[in-house]
Amino acid sequence: MSTPHSWNRLPRVTADATHTLTQRTASIPDDLPRPLLAHGNGRSYGDVCLTEQGTLVLTRGLDRFIGFDPLRGVLRCEAGVTLAEILALVVPRGWFLPCTPGTRLATVGGAIANDVHGKNHHAVGSFGHHIRALELWRSDGTILECRPEDNNGWFAATVGGLGLTGLIRWAELQLMPIQNPWMWVESQRFTNLDEFWSLNRYAEAHWPYTVAWIDCLAQGKAQGRGILLAGQHAAAQTELPQFKERSKRIPATPPFSLVNGFSLRAFNTLYYRQPVKPQGALTHYVPYFYPLDAIQHWNRIYGRRGFYQYQCVIPPREAEAATAALLETIARLGEGSFLAVLKTFGRKPSLGMLSFPRPGTTLALDFPNRGDKTRHLFEELDAIVREAGGALYPGKDARMPASLFQSGYPQWETFKKFIDPGFSSRFWQRVTS
Amino acid sequence: MNSIKRVILFGATSAIAEQTARQLVAQGASLYCIGRNPDKLTALIDDLKIRAGDTQCIDGSVADLTDTQQHDRLIDLAEHRLGGIDGVLIAHGTLPDQRACQADFSLTRQEIETNALSVISLLTLLANRLEQQQYGVIAVISSVAGDRGRQSNYVYGAAKGMVSIFLQGLRNRLAKANVNVVTIKPGFVDTPMTAELKKGGPLWAKPEKIAQGIITAMQNGKSEVYLPWFWWGIMLVIKYIPETIFKRMSL
Repeated sequence: MSTPHSWNRLPRVTADATHTLTQRTASIPDDLPRPLLAHGNGRSYGDVCLTEQGTLVLTRGLDRFIGFDPLRGVLRCEAGVTLAEILALVVPRGWFLPCTPGTRLATVGGAIANDVHGKNHHAVGSFGHHIRALELWRSDGTILECRPEDNNGWFAATVGGLGLTGLIRWAELQLMPIQNPWMWVESQRFTNLDEFWSLNRYAEAHWPYTVAWIDCLAQGKAQGRGILLAGQHAAAQTELPQFKERSKRIPATPPFSLVNGFSLRAFNTLYYRQPVKPQGALTHYVPYFYPLDAIQHWNRIYGRRGFYQYQCVIPPREAEAATAALLETIARLGEGSFLAVLKTFGRKPSLGMLSFPRPGTTLALDFPNRGDKTRHLFEELDAIVREAGGALYPGKDARMPASLFQSGYPQWETFKKFIDPGFSSRFWQRVTS
Repeated sequence: MNSIKRVILFGATSAIAEQTARQLVAQGASLYCIGRNPDKLTALIDDLKIRAGDTQCIDGSVADLTDTQQHDRLIDLAEHRLGGIDGVLIAHGTLPDQRACQADFSLTRQEIETNALSVISLLTLLANRLEQQQYGVIAVISSVAGDRGRQSNYVYGAAKGMVSIFLQGLRNRLAKANVNVVTIKPGFVDTPMTAELKKGGPLWAKPEKIAQGIITAMQNGKSEVYLPWFWWGIMLVIKYIPETIFKRMSL
């Protein structure tokens, strides 16, 4: 169909060719231009899923389940299956994804390649921790079955490996049991960053899921005000509420961004002022985990120029000071993000050589693309992240300098040995040149 | 309203048939799937079994449908496994290389055997069975290409046209036996069969959409359906252009 792009629609690059995979045992024809790069459902931001040369291998056609053990909760499926398709199959049978990002429209292959994380990172780690096995097709025709217990490096390179170690054809996931599709969620307002840190420490110790939304335009005493959501899967209930999924869509791309100073301030204030439920309430898992999936094509609100995501992680020791500095810089430069998300990662070490999650605090923001103004903001934010010994998330990046990538991912040179010589991405060329 | 609980799918691994199979399974149907490629068929059946409930039967077998000698045995096998036949979808086919066919009659013959004669053999056998049981629905994927011969793919068009006209007669005959015969005419569908074509724009439809239309048409016992519906209008115009003008156009 139309040219594949990433979710933030930046950068706009086109590969020499595209190739649609529909059969997992089929190999990729030799006459297609190299390098290759797998592209799932285009839910990452930036250019980890894009290439300017060679062939983009479209994997959404690999959408079959291969095996499911409903007693042990083990599911094997092709790499192009989306998390939504898995949930539709397993939730009615009492199982859930043990780790899920903020969209269920990502594919399994993409979730592994970016080693995605969710609101329960502090309790369960990242996506890679729940993979029992995966199959990797290399462009020389070899097929590797990789498991976390192997110590030859292939699993560690492929989890979080940004699709560069070859094509992931299928994976086997360990699911977790649930009682019903509902969540028990408590929400609490905090008036500044200090309050967040103390609330969050308590929430983390008591809840499997925690995340905070921050009004990043608030300054001074109100800096870092927001809402903390703590949740857990609901216990068995005698009666469950009704839930009907409703979805809206943004019908077209406006010529300019609808996200601007006015709409941002209004939205952030309203969001902060929403009624909170400190006593707790049942919320269906869909609006709890995937609020934005309900608005199809929400990326269009940023207009034709697209937008940037900026997600960093700051080590624990520097977290409080650096988070304050980041928010201050954003507010000072008058840029703002619709929803700023703040979360602390747990101590469970990630399995991937290039995994983003690591102990510390992660802040995620999105900014409309305003050209030089936005780039200038990023340079200031980069300086804070670099100074604090932090890192940016490749799966949400379209612009980080090579030096910041290399300092944030010290294992990148070990990783190079595992790259399939027939694979590359625009991201990789950008951060290693 | 036809209840289609036990269905045979010929060409089950084609993109449209696979989507139809998933939707039928979600509606509680049992399926017997026939496909040519063993790897693809196994992948399909494994997937459908996982999606299906415990009481649904999902099975199938590998067959090359151009071997018409096997047809009777295949239908027997399917009927036995399913415990009866409520519905049939014939979905196998290939998209010929028109230029190659122009240069070589043996290729043209092969395409007509796959896209028309093998279908007619199946229809002959199935019609007799369903006529006898006095219920059921037979749906066949024909094509808008069968509505009028065009320079760009008239070999495919001729084969599909043969199927469409055969189905008209069969529908007429089986109407008296309470058996519905549905001719499905999809327009441009984004599938591996059309991988070589330039895609994009409002005329291209997803196989999921077509599958939905097929199931509704089977349930409602429709006669001829264009999918998506607007192809009816497009083909109406194309069919009524006078031949003296049409022959000068490059469609």
